Amino acid sequence: MGELRLMKGNEVIAEAAIRCGCDGYFGYPITPQSEVMETLMEREPWNETGMVVLQAESEIGAIHMIYGAAGSGKKVITSSSSPGISLMAEGISYIAGSELPCLIVNVQRGGPGLGTIQPSQADYFQATKGGGHGDYRLIVLAPSSVQEMNDFVELGLRLAFKYRNPAMILTDGMIGQMMEKVVLADYIPRLTDEEINEKYGSWVTNGRKPYRERNVITSLEMDSDIMENNNLRFQQKYAQMEEEDLLFEEIQCEDAEYLLVAFGSSARVCLKAVDLAREKGIKVGLLRPITLFPFPKKPLAALAKKVKGMLVVEMNAGQMIEDVQLAVGCAGCKVPVMHFGRMGGIIHSPVEVLAALEQKLIGE
Amino acid sequence: MELKDIINPNNLVYEKAKLLTENTMHYCPGCTHGVVHRLLAEVIEELDIQDKTIGVAPVGCSVFAYKYIEIDWQEAAHGRAPAVATGIVRTNPDKVVFAYQGDGDLASIGTAEILHACNRGENFVVIFINNGIYGMTGGQMAPTTLIGQVTSTTPNGRDAGRNGYPLKITELIAQLPGTSYVTRQSAHTPAAIRKCRKAISKAFQAAIAKKGTSFVEVVSTCNMNWKMTPVKANEWMEANMFPFYPIGDMKDSSKSEPESYSPIKN
Repeated sequence: MGELRLMKGNEVIAEAAIRCGCDGYFGYPITPQSEVMETLMEREPWNETGMVVLQAESEIGAIHMIYGAAGSGKKVITSSSSPGISLMAEGISYIAGSELPCLIVNVQRGGPGLGTIQPSQADYFQATKGGGHGDYRLIVLAPSSVQEMNDFVELGLRLAFKYRNPAMILTDGMIGQMMEKVVLADYIPRLTDEEINEKYGSWVTNGRKPYRERNVITSLEMDSDIMENNNLRFQQKYAQMEEEDLLFEEIQCEDAEYLLVAFGSSARVCLKAVDLAREKGIKVGLLRPITLFPFPKKPLAALAKKVKGMLVVEMNAGQMIEDVQLAVGCAGCKVPVMHFGRMGGIIHSPVEVLAALEQKLIGE
Repeated sequence: MELKDIINPNNLVYEKAKLLTENTMHYCPGCTHGVVHRLLAEVIEELDIQDKTIGVAPVGCSVFAYKYIEIDWQEAAHGRAPAVATGIVRTNPDKVVFAYQGDGDLASIGTAEILHACNRGENFVVIFINNGIYGMTGGQMAPTTLIGQVTSTTPNGRDAGRNGYPLKITELIAQLPGTSYVTRQSAHTPAAIRKCRKAISKAFQAAIAKKGTSFVEVVSTCNMNWKMTPVKANEWMEANMFPFYPIGDMKDSSKSEPESYSPIKN
C-alpha cells in the first residue's frame, strides 16, 4: 500500500501530477484551486523529477503552453476554475482538433460571469458538450473524493494518451478544498526523449529526425473532404471511449424503487440521502456517473426499466438531467425523471435531497 | 556556347535552399514571406539544427509556413505562438524553437503572449513580419498601420482619434530585460536581405547559447492589399514605413549574461 496522507483535494492534484511522471504544469491563479500551483511551487518538482512548473500570464497563455508541450509528446497538466476554463476554451478546441493529449482540471465555482467562489456543478454542459468551438468532446472524469482526485490524474493522462484527446477532471470547490485521507500513488518515472520518440514518434514535434518524416501539429485543413474525415475519425474515438472506458458506480441499486443520479460532490451528498431514505423504509439507490463523457447511457436505461422514478441531483439548474432524459427516453422508458438543484455556490444537504425525492416523485 | 555548357553545376550561383520543401508557396508575387522563409531555411541548414528545431506558425498569411520548411512545426492559434513556443522550449530546453508571427497576430490579438514571453526571457527566436496590414483576411487595419494609411477598415485612412496610433511594439520589447537581441530589418534589396539573414542567424545563435528571447522584426510589404505593384510597394515602404519603423539593432546583449535583479532586501 502506498503512502497514507491527510490532504486537500487541490494539493493532491499537484502531488499526483509529480508522482505520475508529469513533464509540466502551466497555470494561472484562480480561487478555489490556487493550491494546485502553490503546492507545486512549494514542492519544487524540477529538483526532484525534472517536472516544469510555470505561472503563465493568463489562462489563455497557460492552455497554449499546454498545447506546445503536449505537441512535443510531453505529459502535461493545467488546472483552473470556471471563468478560467472559459478563457481556455479556445486552446482546448485547438488541442482536441490537433489530437493532443493533456489533462485539464476544472475546480468549478458558481456562475455565470464572475459568479461566486463557492462550489458548483454548473460547467457540466461546457465540459461534456465541448465547451469551445467545433465538434469535439473531452474525456470527463468526475471525482467524488480526495482519493479520486489522486487516482484520476494518472487515469486522465493515461486515457488522454490512449486517445490523443484532452481529458478533464471536472470537480468543484468542495472537493478541491476538502481534506480527506488519501493513499498516494507510487512514483512513475518521466519518459525520456528516447522513450517519447519510440512511443509517439509518428506525431511528436521535437525536432525532425533523419529516420522519420517531419511532423506537423495543426488543426487546420482547407480541403473539406479531408476535414470531414478528420471529424469522422474524432467521432470514432468518442464512440470507442464509450465502448472501452465508461466508468460508473451503482450503489444499492439492486432492490431500488427510486434512483438518485448524481456525480462528484452531489453524489457524495446523495450517499447519505440514500441511507436516510432507507432508514425511513424507502428503497433508494444511487447511480454515480464517474465518466461524464462518455456517459453511462446503457446502465441508466437498464435501471429505468426497474425503478418508479429518478431524481437527478446537481449543483446547477439542470444540466446532466438532459443526458439522463435522453438515455431513458431513447430506451423507450416513460419513467419520470425529475431534477433537484441548488445554485450560486450552495451545496444541498442530504435532508433536502430526501425531501425533494419525496415531494417530486413519491408524493406526500 | 551551347545551352548545356551554361546549365552546368560549375556555373551554379543560386539554388533553392535545401530545407525548403517542394510545395508551391501560396504567397502573392512580391510578398516578403517567401524571402524570409528562404532565409530561415538557410540559417537552420547552416547551423545544422534541423533535427532539433521546432517552428511555430501563426494565424495570418503565414499560417501555412509549416508547409515550406523541412522541420517539425506546430500551428498555433491566433496570437498564441509565443505561449506555444514557451510550452515547447520549457519542456524541451535543449531544442531550438522559433515563433513566426505577423503584425496582427503579434501586436494585436497576441500582445499579452508576446510581451510576457519576452519579459520572462523565454529562450526562443521570434520572427515578426510587419507589413502594417491584415493580409489573410483581406487588407484590414493592423495595429502597425500608419496614420493616414488606407485599409479596408480605414477606407479614408487611419485616423488617430478613431483608431489610435500605430504600435511600435519592437521598441517596447527591447525595453524588457528578458530579451537578448532585438533588431528591425527589411528584405527588399539584396543588401537588406543579406543583413536580414545575418540578423536571423545571430538570433538563432543566441537561442542555441540560451541567452533568452531574440526578436527579429522584418518591415515588409503587402503589395496585394496595399494595391500596388511589388516595385511600387517597396518604394512606398521605404518612403513611409522606414521613417516610422527605422531599420537597425535596438538591443544586443547576446554576448553578455542576462540581467538579474534582486530588489527585495531581507
